[in-house]
Amino acid sequence: MSATFEKPPVESYERGEKRTKGLNRSQIRRARISGIVMLLLAAAVAVLFVPNAEGVATFGISTVDDAIQLDALVVPVQATLWAIVLILGFMGASQFVKGFQRRATLILGISFGLFTIAMMVWATAGAEFSLISMLVATVSRCTPIALGALSGVLCERSGVVNIGIEGMLLGGAFSGVVIGSLVGGWVGLLAATLTGGILALLLAVLSVNFRVDQIIIGVVINILVLGLTSFLTAQVLVKNPEWNDAPIFPSIQIPLLSDIPVIGPMFFNQTIIVYGMYVLVASVTYLLFRTRWGLRTRSVGENPRAADSLGVSVAKVRYWAVVSGGLVGGFAGAWFTLGTVGRFDEGMTAGTGFIGLAAMIFGAWNPVGALGAALIFGFAESLEQKFALLDIPIPTEFLAMAPYLVTIVVVAGLVGRARPPAADGQPYTKE
Amino acid sequence: MELELRGITKQFPGVLANDDVSLTARSGKVLALIGENGAGKSTLMNVLSGLYRPDAGEIVMDGVVQSFGDPGDAIEAGIGMVHQHFMLVPVFSVWENVVLGVEPVKGPGVLSRKEARREVREISERFGLAVDPDALVEDLPVGIQQRVEIIKVLLRGAKVLVFDEPTAVLTPQEVDEFFGIVDELKGRGATIIFITHKLKEALAIADDITVLRGGKVAGHADPKTATPEDLATMMVGRDIELVVEKAAATPGEEVLTLHGVHMLDDYGRAILDHVDLSVRAGEIVGVAGIQGNGQTELVEAITGLLPLAGGKVEFLGQDITHASPRQRHAAGIAHVPEDRNEMGMVESFSVAENLVLDSYYAKPFSRRGVMDGPVIREHASWMVEAFDVRPPLIDNTGGALSGGNAQKMIVAREFSREVPLVICAQPTRGIDVGSIEYIHEQIVKKRDEGKAILIVSTELDEIFALSDRIVVMYDGRIVAEMQAAETTPTEVGLYMAGKAA
Repeated sequence: MSATFEKPPVESYERGEKRTKGLNRSQIRRARISGIVMLLLAAAVAVLFVPNAEGVATFGISTVDDAIQLDALVVPVQATLWAIVLILGFMGASQFVKGFQRRATLILGISFGLFTIAMMVWATAGAEFSLISMLVATVSRCTPIALGALSGVLCERSGVVNIGIEGMLLGGAFSGVVIGSLVGGWVGLLAATLTGGILALLLAVLSVNFRVDQIIIGVVINILVLGLTSFLTAQVLVKNPEWNDAPIFPSIQIPLLSDIPVIGPMFFNQTIIVYGMYVLVASVTYLLFRTRWGLRTRSVGENPRAADSLGVSVAKVRYWAVVSGGLVGGFAGAWFTLGTVGRFDEGMTAGTGFIGLAAMIFGAWNPVGALGAALIFGFAESLEQKFALLDIPIPTEFLAMAPYLVTIVVVAGLVGRARPPAADGQPYTKE
Repeated sequence: MELELRGITKQFPGVLANDDVSLTARSGKVLALIGENGAGKSTLMNVLSGLYRPDAGEIVMDGVVQSFGDPGDAIEAGIGMVHQHFMLVPVFSVWENVVLGVEPVKGPGVLSRKEARREVREISERFGLAVDPDALVEDLPVGIQQRVEIIKVLLRGAKVLVFDEPTAVLTPQEVDEFFGIVDELKGRGATIIFITHKLKEALAIADDITVLRGGKVAGHADPKTATPEDLATMMVGRDIELVVEKAAATPGEEVLTLHGVHMLDDYGRAILDHVDLSVRAGEIVGVAGIQGNGQTELVEAITGLLPLAGGKVEFLGQDITHASPRQRHAAGIAHVPEDRNEMGMVESFSVAENLVLDSYYAKPFSRRGVMDGPVIREHASWMVEAFDVRPPLIDNTGGALSGGNAQKMIVAREFSREVPLVICAQPTRGIDVGSIEYIHEQIVKKRDEGKAILIVSTELDEIFALSDRIVVMYDGRIVAEMQAAETTPTEVGLYMAGKAA
């Protein structure tokens, strides 16, 4: 080995150096807009919440069967709301004037968080609110979203857009409940998973072999599954109610971990499907970024021609990725039936697959990022449920819209645009 | 390793892309394969790299007949392709790109990053190809990216290296470095096939030259004795002028003036950095520079396709900074855009329709908002004849034309108007020599009629063939300006590479 070899001058590659020359017009505009948004949030808290709020709000943070019982948080409503108004006002004003630049997204996120806290404090004034049960519900509700997003990550990392996640969820939910009712929960879970895989196989065949537009295939899968399950529900399940009565997976306490206050009941006293989600997020992350399979999958999603020229079979890689994505989507479908209510209702996934798609984008096509996004969406959904129970003067229909509004804001790119795989959605044809 | 192609024939629907092509590449030597676009070079290389199966003929390596079912077989046999458009994943690191397909693993399918980095380092040390295994490919300059491509094929044990237009994207200095690398590889006994249309480079580096024309071997040449004119004649099958005949310019008044034109990209970086430029009537100003140094944006600033962040654009003494593209067009700016298929025409429209894309709404082509078919067709028939667009079928779609003829169609549309300013971006990129010659003549003719001409080209030869005055762009700035007669390609090349003025 030659001793004269020198490490190449990486510095001279000007890595990222040019990007710090200050803000351009559109960035300034974006900083202004987010500043105004924060100021509006502050004003909303001051005008809407402060005048008719008094007393204290009580938040329960332990469940009855927790090993370590924590006292409920008791918060003075007026003082808390004013503090939030001040913080929001200050952050909004400084964002408007000078901008937080790199941290602007974080600051905006914190603002939405503070606004949410203000809303919760206001709604709970003079009452008691079980924060812990809401957090437990958050993790449970985030599960199908996170798994749906994971299904999307697997497909899109290989360059196949999967709009059909919703259909895979619904198909999994349906076959899970039928097989679960007839044979048993575990076999039902397996059936749900395979259903997703079969639907994904359809996506793989049409997109890889026949190069049909991937968006169209996804829409077809969604409509096909919705129609088929609705028909079968009306024709079969209604007449045979015993086919629509599956056992529900029980919550399993993980020893020790479930004893941690707050964290324990949130994450470690859940059903097997939630634990499956943890394992899948971790293992897909490892597979994508640490294994040969992952390297090849990502390369096919970024530059299939390059992969092909190196002897990597684009079709094979895409088949594997899409079908495993489908299996994950079907598994996620089981959450709706086997994981919660044990019975199937028409269209019961109610757009969760699309929220999962949004979580995938929000999480920048990264499994862990997608899980983070799913937690936010899950929180929004369970907050809506809680508010519906508290008697507050906001129509619950508006609250029900909240998660979708969050989705629009997120996907519209107020928090910056993530970069999708370069070959996402493009059929590959050899020259 | 000696590589021999014997009677390779490849038929596509309607085209005989390779017709009985035979050639030999020797160990430790460079074979230059030259030919016009559409001569069959790419097809031949795709056959060699296993992407296509030939209909007839065989590939023989060291006397052994090979059969490639897919690119993997060709790689296995020791053939390494360095494609013109790099086959790299920009968001991957160097090592990820290099080991893709032959990944070192520890345990079942788990990547060994350490081993991968070691393999990259070993190749780069052995062949003097310095590169950081952990750098992200998209952050690397093009010349270094090319090294990554070369490391990729060497790692796979390539004995025959095929370079497809390797110098097209390099600066003159990077070209010199590249030739150094080729010499190094030659010295180690590699067989090198160098595909190019740059005759001077072929003559400079090749040991053997094979010329393709119309899918057939047009002949072989010895670089020691052949001249560029000989090769060009073999390529097109007739005598051609490589030099554009033109008299000295007689510049008149200023037609176009840019004052401190400034433009930012999405990240707030300056892509045009306070550019001052003027073009006078009766002169050709050539903008030289490596692709991506602001030339595209310069043209789009003048034609009104992108908004400015600052500065002023004056045309015939009038401020047109805020005028729309159509207003500018109507005021008398013709524009031959750099991407002919994306911007220059609508591929699915007929030739006749493409010829009125800029004026379909005005008389005589439209009356009271209704297009006049017969007038448009008559206009088109006249134009395809006047500008030698072949085949002269005005009802064929624009996309059906070959590159050179499509470009002639666009030039016809833009040059047929009597306008004071003509902007030509990459006027002859990727087209055949005959069409280049024709378009160059048209440009000089326009100048001699007293029009102001702005040429943007990444081909230095073209800049020198046409320009009266040359400006060089680097990193969004004009770093040098000189009379064409008073400078040399070497000097311009240095400025193009960013050596400060």
